[in-house]
Amino acid sequence: MNTTMTETEEAATTSYTHIGKARLRREDPALLTGEARFIDDLTLPAELWLGIVRSTEAHAKILGVDGRAALEIEGVSEVLSGADLAPLWGESALPCAWPVTDDMANPPHLPVATSVAKYVGDAVAVVLATSRYAAADGAAAVLVDYEQLPAVTDIESALATDAPLVHESLGTNKSYTWPLIPNPEAVDEAFANAAHTISERYVQQRLIPAPMEPRGVLASPGVANGELTLYSATQVPHILKVMTAVTLGIPEHKIRVVAPSVGGGFGCKLNVYAEEILCSALAMDRGVPVRWTEGRSEAATATIQGRGQVQHIELAADTDGKVTAVRVKLLADMGAYLQLVTPGVPLLGGFLYHGCYDIPNYSFECTSVFTNKTPTDAYRGAGRPEATYAIERAMDSLAIAVGVTPEEIRSRNFIAADAFPYESSAGLVFDSGDYQTVLDKAVAMANLDTVRTEQTKRRADKSNKLLGIGFSSYVEMCGLAPSRVLASLNYGAGGWEAATVRVLPTAKVQVITGSTPHGQGHETSWSMIVADKLGIDPDDIEVLHSDTAISPTGLDTYGSRSLSVGGTAVFMATDKVLDKARLIAAHQLEANEGDLEYVDGSFNVKGTPTAAVPFAAIAFAAFTAHDLPDGMEPNLEAHVTYDPPNFTFPNGTHIAIVEVDTQTGDVAIVDYVAVDDCGNQINPLIVEGQIHGGVLQGAAQALYEDAVYSEDGQIVTVNLGDYLVPSAAEAPTYRLASHVTPSPTNPMGVKGVGEAGTIAAAPAVINAVVDALRPLGVTDMAMPASPQTVWNTINNVNNEAPGGAS
Amino acid sequence: MIPASFDYQVAESPEHAVALLTEHGDEAKLLAGGHSLIPMMRFRLATPAVLIDVGRLQDLRYINATNGSIAIGALTRHSELEHSKLLAQSVPLLASVAALVGDPAVRHRGTIGGTLAHSDPASDLPAALLALGATIVARGPHGDREIAITDFFTGYFESALADDEMIVEVRVPVSTGGWDYQKFNRRAQDWAIVGVAVAQGGSGVSLVNMGSTPLRASATEQALASGASVAEAATLAAEGLQPPGDLNADAEFRSHLARVLTERALVAAGASST
Repeated sequence: MNTTMTETEEAATTSYTHIGKARLRREDPALLTGEARFIDDLTLPAELWLGIVRSTEAHAKILGVDGRAALEIEGVSEVLSGADLAPLWGESALPCAWPVTDDMANPPHLPVATSVAKYVGDAVAVVLATSRYAAADGAAAVLVDYEQLPAVTDIESALATDAPLVHESLGTNKSYTWPLIPNPEAVDEAFANAAHTISERYVQQRLIPAPMEPRGVLASPGVANGELTLYSATQVPHILKVMTAVTLGIPEHKIRVVAPSVGGGFGCKLNVYAEEILCSALAMDRGVPVRWTEGRSEAATATIQGRGQVQHIELAADTDGKVTAVRVKLLADMGAYLQLVTPGVPLLGGFLYHGCYDIPNYSFECTSVFTNKTPTDAYRGAGRPEATYAIERAMDSLAIAVGVTPEEIRSRNFIAADAFPYESSAGLVFDSGDYQTVLDKAVAMANLDTVRTEQTKRRADKSNKLLGIGFSSYVEMCGLAPSRVLASLNYGAGGWEAATVRVLPTAKVQVITGSTPHGQGHETSWSMIVADKLGIDPDDIEVLHSDTAISPTGLDTYGSRSLSVGGTAVFMATDKVLDKARLIAAHQLEANEGDLEYVDGSFNVKGTPTAAVPFAAIAFAAFTAHDLPDGMEPNLEAHVTYDPPNFTFPNGTHIAIVEVDTQTGDVAIVDYVAVDDCGNQINPLIVEGQIHGGVLQGAAQALYEDAVYSEDGQIVTVNLGDYLVPSAAEAPTYRLASHVTPSPTNPMGVKGVGEAGTIAAAPAVINAVVDALRPLGVTDMAMPASPQTVWNTINNVNNEAPGGAS
Repeated sequence: MIPASFDYQVAESPEHAVALLTEHGDEAKLLAGGHSLIPMMRFRLATPAVLIDVGRLQDLRYINATNGSIAIGALTRHSELEHSKLLAQSVPLLASVAALVGDPAVRHRGTIGGTLAHSDPASDLPAALLALGATIVARGPHGDREIAITDFFTGYFESALADDEMIVEVRVPVSTGGWDYQKFNRRAQDWAIVGVAVAQGGSGVSLVNMGSTPLRASATEQALASGASVAEAATLAAEGLQPPGDLNADAEFRSHLARVLTERALVAAGASST
């Protein structure tokens, strides 16, 4: 299933007018001019604002909630404690849809705590008020009486016998242990016989997702008919509809969920949050709209965080550096509660700790623990950046042990191009790829000979600006997901996606997609697909989404699934429309449908292009129904629900060149080369944008971002002055290329690109920093590699090895 | 974040602003560019009862040459310092430092008077003005007074300004001798973790974010004046200081950075022992 890029590019350009060509996003004019409506732009008459009183303590008994001062504030109508609110949801809790093991501990999670606050930011009371300002003043005026309890903040000591317990009733801080060890004896044997072994420990710091738009909710009740319209800045309106029905007992057919323009999510809006349930329950109970807008600092603790893992990875290799086994023990931080997919996130990486290498023996075990911190959950890449980081850092260590270059150790271990479909030792079947060609292309682009010459010169000159080269070859699993595979992982839903293609009487087209964009450009890409298939202008196609009244069926956007699952559904629905159109055309031309061809938007009998029926004529004929084939239903519309047969496996090699100032610890990315194989591309402009943003988000973990907590569980980084999201000024100049091996899994041969950059970038950058400093004795670097951390690391090496390089 | 409630008044003239300050005392804050004050109010670190908006006092926006010094109106924006041809010729250090404050939006709102009155030890311009030996003109109910910048910064976010005074002008001596500014931070828009300004070939050396106020690196200045080499003088940059520790740098690393950056700044400024 390997195709050179030249061949596929030719195929793409000859077959399609729009697909494969850069096209400006139709979404952008409204976003750039401020016309787009986000949740905070919506208002409803008589709405009440919710202010949330959040725990200032990491772990404390709630002895009392005193709302008297708050009620003195003009506009504040009610102050409600967790106990006051409990009747609104009874015993039912916020949902976790992924019980990864039968014995997984999943303590009840109420929207507002009733007796014990379990992390800083845990909701302990709410205020209802007539304005956002009054709600904020009211929440600030509520007095909560706490009795402090000892907090669990370090995951490596959370399982100690004397550790305090986050959930007393569980008797342990462990949520679950999940092993994936197909053949333990073979792994042990590989390590026993290894010529080289590598054993490393890496820390994946917690990250704050920080989308440009924080969360927001507006719940509007239909009192007469028991209806609820729930507006939310969410990635998952369809999932939210089901879960709101289940959690609050509102009949599902009475619920409509709308995600208006959503300003990014990166996974943190793939959830069902306390505020969504709170606003819905209060709106239904009080009979007025109830809304809430998250503040930036509030988002630091009220919205899930990403990562939060300690990784132990071991490699066994023969004398040539061919890896024979990988063994991983993962400790994952769940935070105080399990949110929607919290427990599954580390396991999404659990199949990929062999990276893009042909490693025959596999051992992975994840133990997940509760801590007194904000729950973790999906954040761009969700498990796969962590897995890639571990294997790519360890492969560099192996290269040093074997005495070869980082590119050579990778080449010796890549899954061969002729091995696809490739069955991995972790049990997946990889669709397509040519990892060596991708790496060769990246190496050529990075001018490695020149860079290494300069690197050597600076080392010899004892320069304080050292150069480092960092590789990251990655493969990820995207296109979540085959429903039966999800069933085998105990996931609480399927992985299909739905699409409707509706041709209007005037030959304009509505595409209804069940995947929910929040910055990805679905409207542009979907219109290009449909336009090419129907032979019409993309501007004659409208793409509708994100409102369960318009798009009732769907499973939304996450896990780089939109194109390979949702786009495929659109592709297939368009085929169904064409099939019906062909029957109408055959009827009108009095020809056999098998003799028709569809060229430039018209059906004609092969060989006689003069007798043609244009698409517009068929659209109108389907609408009037005056002259359709016997028994055919009027109108031209098709619906498809597509369940993918497999994941897709995007891959690539990124190379970061960094300059490290050994005096100040400053790290600058001076060059960044990315060669990615995301399969066939619909809109290369969107692909580039995803890689640009993704790489910066991965580099941010490597160099800037860190959700810092004190030892007693107080978060320190609650604003964007302290939590360092990089800006355009910090972005490197990216040099991109692609190599295409179409995925055989779906008809368009696409794979997905939403997370690739983030998955690849962190290990590339850290490998480069370590490479730069290796002459000084540095062998590892904690993330983020801040100037202070780099300086400390250099100093520690010097202190440990007196007389060493300075 | 949402600020606590406050009253808002527009000053029609500097005298009106002073009158309003006299009326409201320490309950009031002057609002100029607002890019420091408003975020502090949103975090409720500042809760002034009254904001007196001086942002419309166009007469206080100027950069003029007068008798060997440059007079700068208090409401002059950072972007105007950044792009001033007069400053580029007469006090290039100041124009250069102005270009490194925050981001373009901040530089188009922030004012030289505002940044001095705010007295943030992590701000760029106050330290540059300290190295340059500027003079601050404050207007109060009894008229104007001049304050030497060495007397101006009295503590963490505190200055010699009385509650009923506002800055109307900053006077900076023409300074075209060797100069440099080293700003060390992690993101372009951030405050300096440590900054070092050098004016007049090393006769003025000042430090950003190395204490509770902008500071002169006195030991370095004296060493240079006494004939020490640049390298020797730079090792004294943090002498006697108690720098803060935070997420970006602990006190020890800050002292180290001050030494490294001072040497770099002195070298770039062409400093040598005299």
